[in-house]
Amino acid sequence: MKQIIQVSNVKTIFGEKVVHDGLNLSINEGEIYGLLGPSGCGKTTLLREMVMLQKFHHGEIDVLGHNLSSIDHDDAQTLRKEWGVLFQAGALFSSLTIAENISLPLIEYTNLSRKMIDEIVAFKINIVGLNINDAHLYPSQISGGMKKKAGLARALAMDPKLLFLDEPTSGLDPISARDFDSLILELRSLLGLSIVMVSHDLQSIYDTLDRVAIIDNKKIAYEGTLANISASDSPFIKTFFGKYNE
Amino acid sequence: MSNSTLKLTQTDGTLKLDFSGELTLFTLTTHQETVESIPFSNKSKLEINLEKLTYLDTAAAIFLDNIYNSFSKKGVEVSLIANNQDILDTLELVKSKKGMHKPIKHKKDITPIESIGKYVYKHFVGFLSFITFLGELFATKMHYLKSFKNFRFKEIAFEINESGIKAIGIIALTSFLIGLVIAYQSAFQLKIYGANIFIVDMLGISILRELAPLITAIVIAGRSGSAFTAQIGAMKITEELDAMRTMGFSPHKFLVLPRILALMIVMPILIFIADIMGIIGGMVVANLDLGISSELFLDRFNEVIAAKHFFIGIVKGPFFAFLIATIGIYRGLMVKNDTQSIGFNTTKSVVESIFAVIVCDAIFSIMFTNLGI
Repeated sequence: MKQIIQVSNVKTIFGEKVVHDGLNLSINEGEIYGLLGPSGCGKTTLLREMVMLQKFHHGEIDVLGHNLSSIDHDDAQTLRKEWGVLFQAGALFSSLTIAENISLPLIEYTNLSRKMIDEIVAFKINIVGLNINDAHLYPSQISGGMKKKAGLARALAMDPKLLFLDEPTSGLDPISARDFDSLILELRSLLGLSIVMVSHDLQSIYDTLDRVAIIDNKKIAYEGTLANISASDSPFIKTFFGKYNE
Repeated sequence: MSNSTLKLTQTDGTLKLDFSGELTLFTLTTHQETVESIPFSNKSKLEINLEKLTYLDTAAAIFLDNIYNSFSKKGVEVSLIANNQDILDTLELVKSKKGMHKPIKHKKDITPIESIGKYVYKHFVGFLSFITFLGELFATKMHYLKSFKNFRFKEIAFEINESGIKAIGIIALTSFLIGLVIAYQSAFQLKIYGANIFIVDMLGISILRELAPLITAIVIAGRSGSAFTAQIGAMKITEELDAMRTMGFSPHKFLVLPRILALMIVMPILIFIADIMGIIGGMVVANLDLGISSELFLDRFNEVIAAKHFFIGIVKGPFFAFLIATIGIYRGLMVKNDTQSIGFNTTKSVVESIFAVIVCDAIFSIMFTNLGI
């Protein structure tokens, strides 16, 4: 199996606080990979480091064959077109409508005709399960769940190989959350995506993830499939997964 | 809300506390005072009776537990009588969780020297980060100047409208009033010497060279500088900036450069408008107060005010605009992930940009005078 992301010996320090002290993990092509851990353990920080929003202090991160510590501007731009990122609250551009949000990368990076772009946008809106009639609404006019779906549609606009999701189901009601999970599974099989996500939602973790990394106490406490997780003796894993396994 | 009562009975060596009713947060304090005021020296037994208690909340349970512990520590034999299982459960819960609260650490005292050091260091780091921002700005500028396509004309036009055209009204009004006030005050002095006509020289030079650019800059700093900070700060909080970065859209290209360029283009035009309105204000006063007709005023104006005064005022425009826009945007990017810092940074942005404009004006003033312009 081909590895698309490789994190080796990453250290992160905020001021005097050490967040990561030598993280190692690798993510394979085509899998849905979860970053889990107690709050404040630096899951989102690691995700932000993978998408070049945050610098790390030591170690290496390789994403799609690019080493992030030595990447130059042009390579970084190419890389950014190959992934999609869904932020926790969607992070839609508030001055643009949903359709404009989704079409923005297409307008900026391609020379497709307006008509073609509109068709692509309509397709992406359909694929994430939004209503095409809502496309002209502004982010302030839609619900949290719709924002996430629109954010997902925008992340998928350029047909990325790799998708990063930051707590995709947080803030959704249980029914929408389960719908979102099945949407993610469906998209993976439809589009052949590799997905990296941070999640707290146990149900979603069991339903969607192929493999997980658990960050606890600045280190990786466990990496592997969920089936073997009870073998680990981290206190976080015991309390978090204990009930579910009973 | 039914109240609780506390009955104290004392026999030799034994103190009985009988609680009844609902013991909650609201009734706790009086009981606490009663218990604390008990002269407690010769008692060796304490009996807490909760049999008549119908309800006990966790705060009251903490209180009871404290009594229990403090008396036990003094060597008093404490007995607790209760028959209600809910109350016992509450007490048990409090007992098991109370110990888990570690006393909150207070910040350790720091010496004045340490705090001065921290203050200086913080500001030094802030200054460095502003320099970093300027460097980054320069680097992206160089990068995007490579191609004409990279200029975001739509955004620039939008910003020109937002911070330029929509500001014309307020700038015209302010500078008109400033012209009026300056003329009115000096008319009074000039009349004493019969030097009425010199009002034209005075107004012409002061408004064109200094006042119009400064007034415009101050209005723009208050109007657009604060808007830039708040807009970009809010975008940072909603992660819109991060979203842009991950999509490979440099915020510098999309947000920063268009705003700076728009303001630099529009500022000289606004100063020009401020010039006109300021002079008109002066003209009105000259006409009404000093009896100088507008023809005479304009004749004299043409004669004594060299074009250089006008150009000096206009040339300052782009510089002021650059300062206001960069400080406003920089402050927006400095917003942290909480709403309070938007307010903090907006205030800072306006104060710092007005200060920077005045410093810049002082430098220009000295420079131009020494150059003999």
